[in-house]
Amino acid sequence: MLYEAMRLALQAILRNAFRSFLTVLGIVIGVAAVIAMVTVGQGSTDQVEADVATLGTNLLMIRPGQPSRGPGSGVGGSAASLTLKDVDAIEQQIASVAVAAPSNARSMTAIFGNVNYTTTVTGTDNRYLTARDWDLASGRSFYESEQRTGSSACILGHTVQEKLFGNGSPLGANIRLKQISCRVIGTLEVKGASSFGTDQDDIILIPIKAFQRRISGNQDVSMIYASIRSGISTEKGKADIESLMRERRRIGPFEEDDFNVFDMKQITSMLTGITGVLTGLLSAVAAVSLLVGGIGIMNIMLVSVTERTREIGIRLAVGATEGQVLLQFLVEAIVLSLIGGLIGIVLGLALGLLGSRLLSIPFAPDATIVLAAFLFSALVGILFGYFPARRAARMDPIEALRHQ
Amino acid sequence: MNTAPASASRPLIRLQGITKIYGSGDAEVRALRGIDMDINAGEFVAIMGPSGSGKSTAMNILGFLDKPTAGHYFFGGAAVDHLSRDQLALLRRNFLGFVFQGYNLLARTSALDNVELPLIYQGMAGSKRRQLAREALAKVGLQGREDHHPSQLSGGQQQRVAIARAIVTNPDVILADEPTGNLDTARSHEIMDLLTDLNRRDGITILMVTHEPDMAEYADRMVHFLDGRIESDNNNNKVANDAV
Repeated sequence: MLYEAMRLALQAILRNAFRSFLTVLGIVIGVAAVIAMVTVGQGSTDQVEADVATLGTNLLMIRPGQPSRGPGSGVGGSAASLTLKDVDAIEQQIASVAVAAPSNARSMTAIFGNVNYTTTVTGTDNRYLTARDWDLASGRSFYESEQRTGSSACILGHTVQEKLFGNGSPLGANIRLKQISCRVIGTLEVKGASSFGTDQDDIILIPIKAFQRRISGNQDVSMIYASIRSGISTEKGKADIESLMRERRRIGPFEEDDFNVFDMKQITSMLTGITGVLTGLLSAVAAVSLLVGGIGIMNIMLVSVTERTREIGIRLAVGATEGQVLLQFLVEAIVLSLIGGLIGIVLGLALGLLGSRLLSIPFAPDATIVLAAFLFSALVGILFGYFPARRAARMDPIEALRHQ
Repeated sequence: MNTAPASASRPLIRLQGITKIYGSGDAEVRALRGIDMDINAGEFVAIMGPSGSGKSTAMNILGFLDKPTAGHYFFGGAAVDHLSRDQLALLRRNFLGFVFQGYNLLARTSALDNVELPLIYQGMAGSKRRQLAREALAKVGLQGREDHHPSQLSGGQQQRVAIARAIVTNPDVILADEPTGNLDTARSHEIMDLLTDLNRRDGITILMVTHEPDMAEYADRMVHFLDGRIESDNNNNKVANDAV
């Protein structure tokens, strides 16, 4: 009987193929939206986590300025800058810190031959490579003497290397940064995009002393990277650094910090939190769309029941029970919304794939959500198909047969 | 025949004081005002009368499509006047076949599928169903037209499909409501011959509403309704003459 009902349902649906398609469009859009959203949301969460892993989960970043503004907020102008002495103090005096590296960056145009390329020039030293767990692809890191004297040696990120040199080897070449001529001594491994969407490989490293003397013209360090020893929590490392920095910057017990220690874990949870909220909101919108889709199915099933009054009368006359007629129309509604659900799943996964490609994040289809969407569309069919089916089942056979 | 509820000693159908009232108060319509009638297994009964005489109401009650307001209906000796909707559906499915004036076939559905319909609700397996439906179509002279849709068949052929659908379950009774009402004379006589054949050869009891005396001639008993009562109930003269 169930098989017969399914056969009849498919027949009835195909008989009005275009109307059936329009009917299930609501379900299609709802399911596709949920699946695309969750897929892209999951993909970006995965991406953030992967990024943080490339940055190092045990990495803390110290910047001058008021705290708790997030990584994108500007540095407070009034706060005293950090210095190279701070870097050494953090590395040497705090047991939980494995290595600390200074960093000061500026956007500049690099020129090689007739190619101009604007990139970020970062003044630092070899400890930066250790802290960020970043290997060289070719060449060498800075000599101790280069770091000490601030000579013009530079290490290129992969993007810069490609822009300026294409496939050729940049080692030993001289590039120009403003008025400085700088010899390329090494290139960095590919790191990829960061969680904030910036290209981490779009970078040139030069010794911090060279940066201070020839680019910034002061002794400032704008950011210190500190990597925490493995086995020690970043919370502990962060607390250690904060207390040392308060002491070094002579902040009274009741004064606020005038510096800021970022924990990559906090940034991760913040970003995934935002993604989660967005996914939730859009899923709610999609759920409304499913509801509207369900109402559409109920509407068209009511029309269908009315149109087929005579057919129902015939079925009742030849001995169909109420339950058999109910089953037929209920199955039709369920099949209809399942077809919508299946189209929606395919469309949603396709959109998710497209979205993942466009945002260059991993494609992360979630089997649970696909299954849930499938079951939910079946549920919509049952909920919104029941009322029209019951109306069909309760028809008076005499009236129904008389219906024209 | 199905496990026929009729026995030789008592009638297949017995109506006792069947009354049907529609509406209430001033709008009250007394469609049937106490009908008493016995119909034996194997009879061919023509039910006649002007419109509004109650013959359609009587047919609906006889066909388990409607319930009487008062009175008793015994089918094969069992009271069926207060059965539930689903129980009445089971009676229709197992003991009755319907033939309507407008054929009432499912559109865009093949003749074979139309004839199979009652068997689907009996829960019969597909292959058995198709076999019985083919046999029924052959019996009404429509072999080779199993895959035709109603729109591809003439009126007479459509009515034959409807008759095949009525007999496919091997019923005790066929209820025919103006079965020739939409057909020309030649086609009408063919249909009547077919019904007569089913009555004579297979012993199927036939209750037929008609207002065409020509068609009523085929029956061996004529019941006239008027104003919700049975006005006359006679053995057919033709049969009587034949008997002489």
